[in-house]
Amino acid sequence: MNKFVKQTLLATAVTAAMVSTASAKELVMVSWGGAYTASQQKAYHEPYMANNPGVTIINDDSGSGALAKLRAMKEAGNVTWDLIDMTGSAAMTACEEGLAEEIDHDKVLANAPDGTPASVDFGDLIISPCFVPQIVYSTTFGYRTDKVGSNPPTSINDVFDLEKYPGKRSLEKRAVNNMEWALLADGVPSDKVYDVLATDAGVKRAFAKLDTIKDSVVWWEKGAQTPQLLADGEIVMGSTYNGRLFSLIVEEKQPVAMMWDWQVFDLDGWIVPKGTKNKAEVMKYLKFATDTQRLADQSKYISYGPARASSAPLVGKHATLGIDMAPHMPTAPANSKNTLLYNIEFWADNTDDLNEKFYAWLAN
Amino acid sequence: MALPSYAGKLETTWYYVYRIICGMILFFLIAPIVVIIPLSFNAEPYFTFSKEMLAFDPAGFSTKWYQDFFSDRNWQGAVKNSFIIAIFSTMISVTLGTVAALGLSRSEMPYKTLVMGILISPMIVPLIISAAGMFFFYTEIGLASTHLGVILAHAALATPFVVITVTATLVGFDQSLTRAAATLGASPTTTFFRVIVPLILPGVISGGLFAFVTSFDEVVVVKFVGSYQQRTIPWAMFSGIREQISPTILAVATLLVIFSICLLTVVELLRRRNERQRGLSPA
Amino acid sequence: MNSSVKHSNPSVMVTADGVPLMVSLSRAKRKAKIRALLLVTPLFLFILVTFFIPIASMLLRSVDNEVVEETLSRTVPILQGWDQTGDTIPDETVFVALHQDFVDGYREKTIGSPGRRLNYEKPGFSSLFRKTARKAEKFEPPYQAAFIKADKKWGDINYWRVLKRESGPSTDSYYMTALDYGYNDIGERVAKADDQSIYVDLFGRTFWISFVITSICLVLAFPISYLLSILPAKSSNLLMILVLLPFWTSLLVRTSAWIALLQQQGVINDMLVWAGFLGDDNRLAMIHNQAGTIIAMVHVLLPFMVLPLYSVMKTIPQSYMRAARSLGANPFTAFVRVYLPGTIPGIGAGSILVFIISIGYYITPALVGGQSGTLISNFIAYHLQSSLNWGLAAALGAILLFAVFALYILYDKIVGIDNMKLG
Repeated sequence: MNKFVKQTLLATAVTAAMVSTASAKELVMVSWGGAYTASQQKAYHEPYMANNPGVTIINDDSGSGALAKLRAMKEAGNVTWDLIDMTGSAAMTACEEGLAEEIDHDKVLANAPDGTPASVDFGDLIISPCFVPQIVYSTTFGYRTDKVGSNPPTSINDVFDLEKYPGKRSLEKRAVNNMEWALLADGVPSDKVYDVLATDAGVKRAFAKLDTIKDSVVWWEKGAQTPQLLADGEIVMGSTYNGRLFSLIVEEKQPVAMMWDWQVFDLDGWIVPKGTKNKAEVMKYLKFATDTQRLADQSKYISYGPARASSAPLVGKHATLGIDMAPHMPTAPANSKNTLLYNIEFWADNTDDLNEKFYAWLAN
Repeated sequence: MALPSYAGKLETTWYYVYRIICGMILFFLIAPIVVIIPLSFNAEPYFTFSKEMLAFDPAGFSTKWYQDFFSDRNWQGAVKNSFIIAIFSTMISVTLGTVAALGLSRSEMPYKTLVMGILISPMIVPLIISAAGMFFFYTEIGLASTHLGVILAHAALATPFVVITVTATLVGFDQSLTRAAATLGASPTTTFFRVIVPLILPGVISGGLFAFVTSFDEVVVVKFVGSYQQRTIPWAMFSGIREQISPTILAVATLLVIFSICLLTVVELLRRRNERQRGLSPA
Repeated sequence: MNSSVKHSNPSVMVTADGVPLMVSLSRAKRKAKIRALLLVTPLFLFILVTFFIPIASMLLRSVDNEVVEETLSRTVPILQGWDQTGDTIPDETVFVALHQDFVDGYREKTIGSPGRRLNYEKPGFSSLFRKTARKAEKFEPPYQAAFIKADKKWGDINYWRVLKRESGPSTDSYYMTALDYGYNDIGERVAKADDQSIYVDLFGRTFWISFVITSICLVLAFPISYLLSILPAKSSNLLMILVLLPFWTSLLVRTSAWIALLQQQGVINDMLVWAGFLGDDNRLAMIHNQAGTIIAMVHVLLPFMVLPLYSVMKTIPQSYMRAARSLGANPFTAFVRVYLPGTIPGIGAGSILVFIISIGYYITPALVGGQSGTLISNFIAYHLQSSLNWGLAAALGAILLFAVFALYILYDKIVGIDNMKLG
């Protein structure tokens, strides 16, 4: 078969692939998929596209693989993404490696309605010059109300207490969070957790504590697994993101409740990849999508706390269920008696090393 | 094979035990595929039979997972991508693979085993390694996150199947037939289309089907090389299983089983036709 | 035509145009050879570009270490003069160069990459580089003191030893990690402690699980292949479809089917509970562990064992067995002494094929493997996508690829690559 035919075929393939991408200006936004992307679609993308008819927003659910792909794109000098949703720590890595644009928050982003500049409104949550915070989420526990009797778990110690709460529990298959919880349950004061974890003895101590429940743990890798396991009744309690538990409890009405003790706060937000071809449009979008009202709007669809201080009073009711969202936020006073702030600095240094030890511990 | 007349009691027992064992193994092979078909009609969002289903209560059955599949834009996009990618990569691999097989089956081909070994190796290299290599390289040359990139990647993975099947049909191919055609005045092109093509066609088609299925079923490479715009059915199933388990996956699976039954039928018919034509089968 | 080949010697046979037959023949042969090669060339080039070059360039990452030398371009050459076996940290000249490198690296946003690279060797480098880079612009000489004031790790000789060791353009440290070796403080290669060694065990587990899968496949495939080979064509064709249907069914379909069957609230557990073999609260854990991986993979790979076995068995005449029987052998002896040896090529072909496919398997273990059922491929994917340690991923991949090619060559020796058949 000859070259001409082959070229024609290839050309057809390429055309077929590009038919959909030829029309208006398109912004490719990378996010986590599922309910989270849906909440962004409703709260940010749809109103933005309504105001800017020439712009189409495409959702790419690369999620957890985003940093890897971005790094490869940057190496190759061929960045095809316009805006990426990342956790705070991933955003920090991206920034350090020069993969993301630095942003002058006060210049690019909208002020609060009362005129407070963005940098003050977001405050400490701007953990990296490239990062535009969006939400505060937490990793916390859910338990089956029908399996704990009249004595529901109230503290992190209960996760490690097999006598009081027999049965399987699910934890994430990595060192982060589990090591801190093990030390807290072992009696380490919360302000000393990372100091202890920085020592070999501390790491051993955390593993020793985890050893006590090792045989009863189901290890998860995706945020949806714990809700699924809870719904199926395969575990008595398990850790996952608070938004996932919210939909399990409130939307799906499963016999599950939250145990907020020592929830770990973390941030999620946007970065603008270096090399995007639509920088001006992206900045315009960012200004809109991270203003006070838009951030508050997102919490109508998913129970994550808005990252702006000025958005908190605007948090209203769930878009379809009509219930008050404020008490379901991880930042609500009743839920945040004991909280741990994810130590980005510590984990930037130790994730690889401790994960390696963690996997070795798992295998033995 | 009937039981021989001289078989003793022990042998008779073994004869039946053996058949039961074989039946069980074949059951193991086929049962998982059959079981998902009724499960896909479950009215409940579970991966198992509900009480209503076991009692054949119509309330236990529902086609809502199929409606889900047919009304969901993501699934429709995945179906479209799967077909575009599989069809084009099949065309490329069939063209290149057939031409190469013609060369490989010539007796004059030097270093035949080595060349064959190299050409078949995409089938042997673990997919994660191919995917990783393609991920970096295709990103570098700007083919990542494009349909073309995924098509080329799949074509590379699929060519060995074409090479193997077409070479197999050419085994025992009588080279004197082409010479005979030539002496009778046929041009090389005429010889190719009138003599060679009819002979190798069954091999080319079944190689093409293998290539199609390879691409249609591939998930690792497309996840690395492609991005959301290239999401295929297996990719959607993979994330479905990992993230949000819903019986929609079983509905898709059932449709795919029907699809593979069709493919298998075509391949079987071709194989028999080929064997008959070449007089290899007494049937 | 070249006149020198024209001979008058009558003993040399010549063609009609006077060329000696031998020459003409070899020319024709060469032409045919070239024609055959030309037919193969397009595919060869295609595979080369779309497949081999990508893999080769990926594997180069397993030794590539240019990022340190590139970013710390002034420091690295001067550092070579420093004696890492002594007990003093480098002197001011190194720190002056380091200061310039940090100021530039911070401005160009390149300083984070060597920090992350070195962090694989010694935790702490990442924050050391990040924190220092932020402040470096304001440093005043003497720089040594300024650096140490910014972060005391700059005064720790062990960080300097690692920096010097990993400052070359290539490194063996990824391969060492992949084989569970590391460096101690004074730079000697040592095996890692048990609580840190993963990969050797993981390779071991991958090989072991593949071996188990191969053995089970063989045990299951042998009886049905035999049955298929002795039945009359009509019924064997029918049964063959039962083997081929799984072969043609999507891998994802089969994996989801096994999830539906094996999970705790799944079909098999439900049936066992219903039949009273199990209590409702001690359902079997058959998935998200080794058992799940093995069951699902045996199912996926069984056809790859049946097909080669069947094609070999079909060529063994049944009269052999009858002859052995008539010579007085009992059925068992006849089978073991006469039939079995004939099937060895099929056993070899099927086993190596199944083994090769299993050791590189990714999808099924990722979906049903859980903690104890994940294989080396899953870790390669983890390092590619999550930990972003691409050098280590490449090193693990290279070792895996080496094993696969060794088996591939073995396959060629036993079966011959050109005898590979499908369906």
